[in-house]
Amino acid sequence: MVSQEPTCSSDLSQVVRFAKLDELLALGRANSLWPLTFGLACCAIEMMAAGASRFDISRFGAEVFRPSPRQADVMIVAGTINKKMAPAVKTLYDQMLEPKWVIAMGNCAISGGPFVFPGQYAVIEGVDKLFPVDVFIPGCPPRPEALIEGILELEEKLTGKRRWPRVKPE
Amino acid sequence: MNLPEPYRLLIFLAGTLAFVGFHAAYLVWVERKGAGRFQRRPGPTEAGYAGLLQPIADALKLLSKQVIVPPTSDAVLFRAAPMMVMAPALMCLAVIPFGETLVARKVNFGLVMVFAFGSINVMAIMLSGWASRNKYAIISAARIVSQNVAYEIPMLLVAITLLMMMGTMDLQEIVRKQAGWFWNWNLFQLAANPLMPVTFLIFYICMLAETNRAPFDMAEAESELVAGAFTEYAGMGFGVFFMAEYANVVVGCSLATILFLGGWQSPIGWLPGPWWFLAKMYFLIFCVVWVRWTFPRTQFYGLLNLSWKILIPVSLFTLVLTSVMLKLF
Ligand code: SF4
Repeated sequence: MVSQEPTCSSDLSQVVRFAKLDELLALGRANSLWPLTFGLACCAIEMMAAGASRFDISRFGAEVFRPSPRQADVMIVAGTINKKMAPAVKTLYDQMLEPKWVIAMGNCAISGGPFVFPGQYAVIEGVDKLFPVDVFIPGCPPRPEALIEGILELEEKLTGKRRWPRVKPE
Repeated sequence: MNLPEPYRLLIFLAGTLAFVGFHAAYLVWVERKGAGRFQRRPGPTEAGYAGLLQPIADALKLLSKQVIVPPTSDAVLFRAAPMMVMAPALMCLAVIPFGETLVARKVNFGLVMVFAFGSINVMAIMLSGWASRNKYAIISAARIVSQNVAYEIPMLLVAITLLMMMGTMDLQEIVRKQAGWFWNWNLFQLAANPLMPVTFLIFYICMLAETNRAPFDMAEAESELVAGAFTEYAGMGFGVFFMAEYANVVVGCSLATILFLGGWQSPIGWLPGPWWFLAKMYFLIFCVVWVRWTFPRTQFYGLLNLSWKILIPVSLFTLVLTSVMLKLF
């Protein structure tokens, strides 16, 4: 059976275009990504360093760490997610309001990192087992530059444009 | 200005709204830039030149963010609280004289009006905490009430001291009496009260506490109470509280300028005008940001002790001292 394409929506998109407004909103969102004040393990220290004077994520408007999940836009999962912690992390994610994004920072949040071995019973192997993740930042721990790169990557996902030219590793 | 009444009112209405909107948006930028500079980092730089588009990006983000009214909350109060926190600041600006003729409404009890509407702000924050029905928000609401009671008293005592010296509640009249060189400002009226600078300091501290600025931001003590009274607010609901905080700082600093620093009077005796008013007001606002990023948050007991054990006795003493001085000389 041939699936019925909803013709009206494609017709409508010819007439009504929100492209410019959408781009503007995306630019606004990309320039004010407020993270949730929230750290789970050692990676959180690097996240704090990224907010401090040497690296300073406030240059990108992302230094407003909001303590309440209602006001935060991006959740930086920085650290090991234990099975006991998982329900709390999931609740925080559910309490955040749309639009929301997740950055998995560090090997623990990506895949369990150094805690993966046969028979381990305490650690969730990757935050993407709990909810969708937008940007993965590898490292144990990733340097603050890597977190900034992750935020730039998320901005690129929002706006479709890269803010600065990408640096090629030598 | 000599315009027919309805036009004059409309112009001033638009002017006040624009003034508050502009300051609420760009004081956030000043705050973030200032925070950066005080901590030896650049602050926002990427959104526009020197991060000047940052408030616009924030506003776009906040406006397009999902808004919820939590099902357990008191929906009417929850929605009304942001309005109630913004409106009094706008009302106060209606009687603030920015220049010789630049005042929206000449009211001969302007001082009382500013204080009356100023205290609604705190009640609105209390309501927002209460309506959220969130345990952190309710604790924060309780704190706000005791903080407000504690700091309203020394502030009003200082206002009474000034009232005795000036003999009028008309803000325009108070500014006119401080004409001339800067030693005519109330801040330096040492003949009327040798403790005048202390009185100013008390007023300034109370202003910080009333507008919930650090080190007295018990309403939003994020290390203890998540986000305090604003925990459940999202999107522009929260944005309005954010803006109202700066609007109230503007009102508080304007009032301090008028009462102590001679309003639109020039410090060197010529060319008085609104620019002097703005310069003094911006200086005081800069000090507010400076204080915020220099001092850590006090404990709640410290906050109440400061008011009941130091500020109230000292302000009572200056009140008595002023009345004695006025009687003797
Ligand atoms: S990835 Fe490494 S640094 Fe980060 S939380 Fe895990 S063990 Fe710690």
